[in-house]
Amino acid sequence: MRNAMPKLVLGRLSSSLLTLFLVSLVIFAITSLLPGDTAQQILGQFATPEQVAALREELGLNQSPLVRYWHWLTGFATGDLGMSASNGMPVAQLMNDRLPNSLLLAAITTAISVPIALTMGLVAAMRRGGNIDRALNVVTLSMVAVPEFLVATLAVLIFAVHLGWLPALSYVSTVESVGDFVRIYAMPVLTLCCVLIAQMARMTRAALIDQLDSAYIEMARLKGVPPVRRVLRHALPNAVGPIANAVALSLSYLLGGVIIVETIFNYPGIASLMVDAVSNRDLALVQACAMLFCGAYLILVMVADLCAILSNPRLRNR
Amino acid sequence: MLGESLTVRDLRICATPPGGEERIIVNDIGFELAPGEVLALIGESGSGKTTIALAMLGYARSGCRIAGGSVQLGDTDILSLNATQTRALRGHRVAYVAQSAAAAFNPSRTLMDQVIEGALIHDVMSRQEARQKAVSLFHDLALPDPEHIGERYPHQISGGQLQRVMAAMALITDPALVILDEPTTALDVTTQIEVLRAFKQVMRERGTTAIYVSHDLAVVAQMADQVLVLQNGETQEHNTTARILEQPAHEYTRSLLAAARPQDHLSPVEGRHGGELLDIHDLQVGYGSRDGQGRPENVVLEHINLHLVRGQALGVIGESGSGKSTLARAVAGLVAPSHGAVQFDRRELSTTLRGRTPDQFRRIQMVFQSADNALNPAHSVQRLLNRPLETYFSLSRRERRARVEELMDLVKLPRDLLDRKPGELSGGQKQRVNLARALAAKPDLILCDEVTSALDTVVGAAILELLVELRRELGVAYLFISHDISTVRSLCDDVMVLYQGECVESGPCQQVLETPRHDYTRRLIGSVPELRQGWLESRPTRNETAAPVT
Repeated sequence: MRNAMPKLVLGRLSSSLLTLFLVSLVIFAITSLLPGDTAQQILGQFATPEQVAALREELGLNQSPLVRYWHWLTGFATGDLGMSASNGMPVAQLMNDRLPNSLLLAAITTAISVPIALTMGLVAAMRRGGNIDRALNVVTLSMVAVPEFLVATLAVLIFAVHLGWLPALSYVSTVESVGDFVRIYAMPVLTLCCVLIAQMARMTRAALIDQLDSAYIEMARLKGVPPVRRVLRHALPNAVGPIANAVALSLSYLLGGVIIVETIFNYPGIASLMVDAVSNRDLALVQACAMLFCGAYLILVMVADLCAILSNPRLRNR
Repeated sequence: MLGESLTVRDLRICATPPGGEERIIVNDIGFELAPGEVLALIGESGSGKTTIALAMLGYARSGCRIAGGSVQLGDTDILSLNATQTRALRGHRVAYVAQSAAAAFNPSRTLMDQVIEGALIHDVMSRQEARQKAVSLFHDLALPDPEHIGERYPHQISGGQLQRVMAAMALITDPALVILDEPTTALDVTTQIEVLRAFKQVMRERGTTAIYVSHDLAVVAQMADQVLVLQNGETQEHNTTARILEQPAHEYTRSLLAAARPQDHLSPVEGRHGGELLDIHDLQVGYGSRDGQGRPENVVLEHINLHLVRGQALGVIGESGSGKSTLARAVAGLVAPSHGAVQFDRRELSTTLRGRTPDQFRRIQMVFQSADNALNPAHSVQRLLNRPLETYFSLSRRERRARVEELMDLVKLPRDLLDRKPGELSGGQKQRVNLARALAAKPDLILCDEVTSALDTVVGAAILELLVELRRELGVAYLFISHDISTVRSLCDDVMVLYQGECVESGPCQQVLETPRHDYTRRLIGSVPELRQGWLESRPTRNETAAPVT
């Protein structure tokens, strides 16, 4: 029964790869359709047509789209992400500078938000209809409703401007001690947590309540199983699937979707790199970023799926 | 002897419907049980029998509360315990066996985990001892492979086995009182008899006091010493089982008894009418990918031949998984057979819905088991009945109205129900609307899929009576799918017995049921509980009867 697992993982993995391949087609097609011309963009308004044509030839822009796609894809597979058109550096290096920052921010946010969100969801589900549940409901709803730029701006106003406790901008390069680290990351993480915790807590609550209404929970109750054990040992294992999916969807936002936070706090992450690339018509960089976000998303969803399958003996032992 | 005495006095339970006023749903219930005695609570759904049974555990479902009275088990006054004490009582001194074991087991934990959980949290014994005890209980309950069945998950064993594992779960702590809440209602008769026997034996050996909730008097007659008949949350009659069966004092008890007896008075309309209606030749239905010969991976039905003339009623019986519903669905066009031909009124009937003519649609109507799921809860009865009239006939508004009223008369429903929604009707009324909707199309053939199974005995008997009358008046033919032999006996001319997807016996109803030729038919008939005490003991155990059925 257990040896079905590697097969299952391989199946998921290959379907993820297939998805990634299809996505690469779409990304390439869309970026090719973007208005404007990279050569024109690089040389500026005053370039002569001859200069533009020469650069087009040099960049390989005159080849057929299929050939260009093939070059791009094979380059991608071998780790060559191409050259950034706007500043002449390899795309890989540009991303290399930014990705660790983004991953660090994502990791810290995940480490803080997931436990808090799960606990909030659990408590709300256990105290359904009670005062704690209602209070948590109001809190999470207002967290979802307030846009993150507002949270970020308010945080800056309060902690940086009025109280002066934290720096308004996150200069990662100035980190020298743990204290610095905490002060620099406090506000971006806080802002991101606000949104994520609310989403995940609500999904956790809904998934658990669904289980808590079932007959086997009543049975557990009639066996004298105490409430906490009922939730943790009986309901939670059956709610892992939906919860893992909710968490994966929320976390996928942490790489590509944090542009507002990166902009407000001037945090050098990968989302702002992509936005800059779009405004500079730096196609190679845009494509690489898009593929990265998509890949991260697929990995998260796949992990969530595997969690759901592993937690369900019906699927596990099929 | 492990059982303790149980005394219940003046039990009253109130319920508050959402947004409504609190009302009393169980009133003034009292009874006394000596150690080791079994009391049956019997009544139709909504009579409060489960509510009373749960009160023995100090538990009321959400929206309900125990408003008064006392429940005394041995020296303990259960209703006066605080939350912690109640928790210590449940699953230790009082244990519960739920109606649907499939729903009451946690799908993601092994059976052993769940069976011994009660013993572990109440600190009755060590894990090792609990495991050993569970295995010996599995053994006593005649479960296959008792040593290892505990390692399985609930979805890996059958419903009858699961129900017995649940009994083991209840008995693991040697409780003084066991509550059995319709423990065999969801099972086939052939499985039910095995489960009942296992239950009775282990409970008698341990001298457990028990409360047995059921709507089936014949089952109760096998299990209980006392019977308490309930209606609308009040005691109608309370006496020893023998007295209830032989000298029922209350009218309601008599109607329950009448509904549970074989209904000869309904005996079918005599004489065959009209010509050929439905002809099925060598039908095979299955699912999954097909092999070279076009045979599906999983064959549900095979070698089915069937012949039905106008106005005839054919009963199809068999246990769950025998393919009887699949047969109805194949005739209705909901599943495409992989082999064989279906002729309707001498014309080939397309296997798929797309290939059928509107007239064929009209002439074959299906009535599903659960009216709750089959009727759109957002539509009024009027609208539900209008729909087929608009689809199949071009009638003026007034003619439609007249026809709808005629249909209501046919199924004996008062016309003032027309504006109600299904949620505001009783179970029996809903099933009548369900039937009226099929009749609206003026069909020649009605496919009835377990139409009385979800209903209480008395209500179900009334629906059967209606079906017989409709047949007499309208000359409609039935393909009547059921797992219940007595309903088939009272309605049908002919019967077909399905076992594992094949027809093992068919012929005139009386002949097949009185002189069954096939082993399985004999077992099926012999497993229907009879309304007398001692029937269960008089039945030979399966190993003696059965040469494995082929």
